[in-house]
Amino acid sequence: MTPASVLAGPHAEGADSARRAAVHPAIAPRLVVAGSEEARLHLAAERALGTYEPGTEGGEFLDELERSGLTGRGGAAFPAHIKWRGVVAGEGPRVVVANGEEGEPASGKDRWLLTHRPHLVLDGLLLAARTVRAGRAVVYLSHPETVAAVRGALDELAAAGDDRAREVEIHVVDPTYVAGEESALCRSVNGGPALPTAKPPRPHESGVDGRPTLVSNVETLAHAAWLARNGADAFRAQGTAASPGTALVTLSGACGAPGVYEVPLGRTIRQLFDEVGGGLAEESHGFLVGGWFGGVLRRERAQDTPCCYDALRTLGSGLGCGAITALGADDTPVRVAADLAAWYARESAGQCGVCVNGTKAIRDTFARIADGAGSADDRDKLVRWGDTLPGRGACAFLNGAATLARSAVAQYPEAFPAGA
Amino acid sequence: MKAAVDATKCNAYGTCADHCPSVFQLDEWGYGSVVGDGTVAEAEIGAAKVAAADCPEKAITLIDA
Repeated sequence: MTPASVLAGPHAEGADSARRAAVHPAIAPRLVVAGSEEARLHLAAERALGTYEPGTEGGEFLDELERSGLTGRGGAAFPAHIKWRGVVAGEGPRVVVANGEEGEPASGKDRWLLTHRPHLVLDGLLLAARTVRAGRAVVYLSHPETVAAVRGALDELAAAGDDRAREVEIHVVDPTYVAGEESALCRSVNGGPALPTAKPPRPHESGVDGRPTLVSNVETLAHAAWLARNGADAFRAQGTAASPGTALVTLSGACGAPGVYEVPLGRTIRQLFDEVGGGLAEESHGFLVGGWFGGVLRRERAQDTPCCYDALRTLGSGLGCGAITALGADDTPVRVAADLAAWYARESAGQCGVCVNGTKAIRDTFARIADGAGSADDRDKLVRWGDTLPGRGACAFLNGAATLARSAVAQYPEAFPAGA
Repeated sequence: MKAAVDATKCNAYGTCADHCPSVFQLDEWGYGSVVGDGTVAEAEIGAAKVAAADCPEKAITLIDA
């Protein structure tokens, strides 16, 4: 059977959605500013925008971070102020890491940000380092073009006589899905394999060098840098009360204009595709939301759901890293689920027995159903694994496979073998 | 007291569920996990300690709550 076309995400060879970005027409851009859409902003242009200019600092900034409601843009949407304060509460020396690994296949927004506005990310990283009083600052990357862009930005700073360039290290890791998980990141920076560890301890307790470590997604750091200079009220002027601010989203699949967009949080999925994504294809019947991590959502159930963290969580999904893929006519629910399940089984790091076996079982079950050989028992197993496997692995990878199993059956019941 | 199983270490020996089934359960592949949030009842602390000590992979941690 032909693989679902949806698996050709922004990271697939030849895809170019991370090369340019655009802004939602209703907002003044914070990240996708004029001149950055298709080209890297160099130091002079960044300085003209105020990048590296001091703003709110220290404890005052942490209060501002709390008032802003900024949450992590890497996927977990954890409140930034709690994470930063958790690191401050630990005993120094501390470490900060900008996480730009972006292992999520459907997402291209971190790559866009790092290759077009590396100075803003570095500005946010240096702000984080000052705020938590870190002795070490690291940028964690895997894609060659992001490494070149960040190196280039540091070289520009050094050439301008800015000593801060010397304070930042770059750590390069092979791209895998789990390499961007924060405990895997710490293990890799510490010289080990980029594989997750059991929690506790979490990185804010013991991470790089065994020190309290702030691991933050690069987009979150860029927003923090903007926030320090513009304040929480300005930050909250876009988005919703519960999900304030703007976000970078990656739209792909059956739509007119796939790409990376800066949008206000709270627009519905349909509005996003209509307003920036070139419109949804008429035959599009559903979505993958939150990259490949939030399972599948049926179009008529999901298209009018606001893209904010709470609303999508209520649907049993999640906005995650902001990647939304519109499923096309060829992407039948069972075929998509079978292909994604095969990817999960392949990408499992192989550390946790439950993950190795759980992802294989989900893969085999979807494959049987896709081949027309599935039973009602197979469907019931998918539902059960969807309920029982989340939280069982050392990282959240298995949760994604479980969400796929649960959501496929719940959203497209008619596509699965019926009970006796 | 609370129990936790390190999924990266568990190798499906299943001894934990033999020693202390009120705290440890096995899935269909034989891998262990804690029941509920892993809280160990007062009367089960001895059995949980035996389960932790006997785990061939030393995958179980017990933390005083």
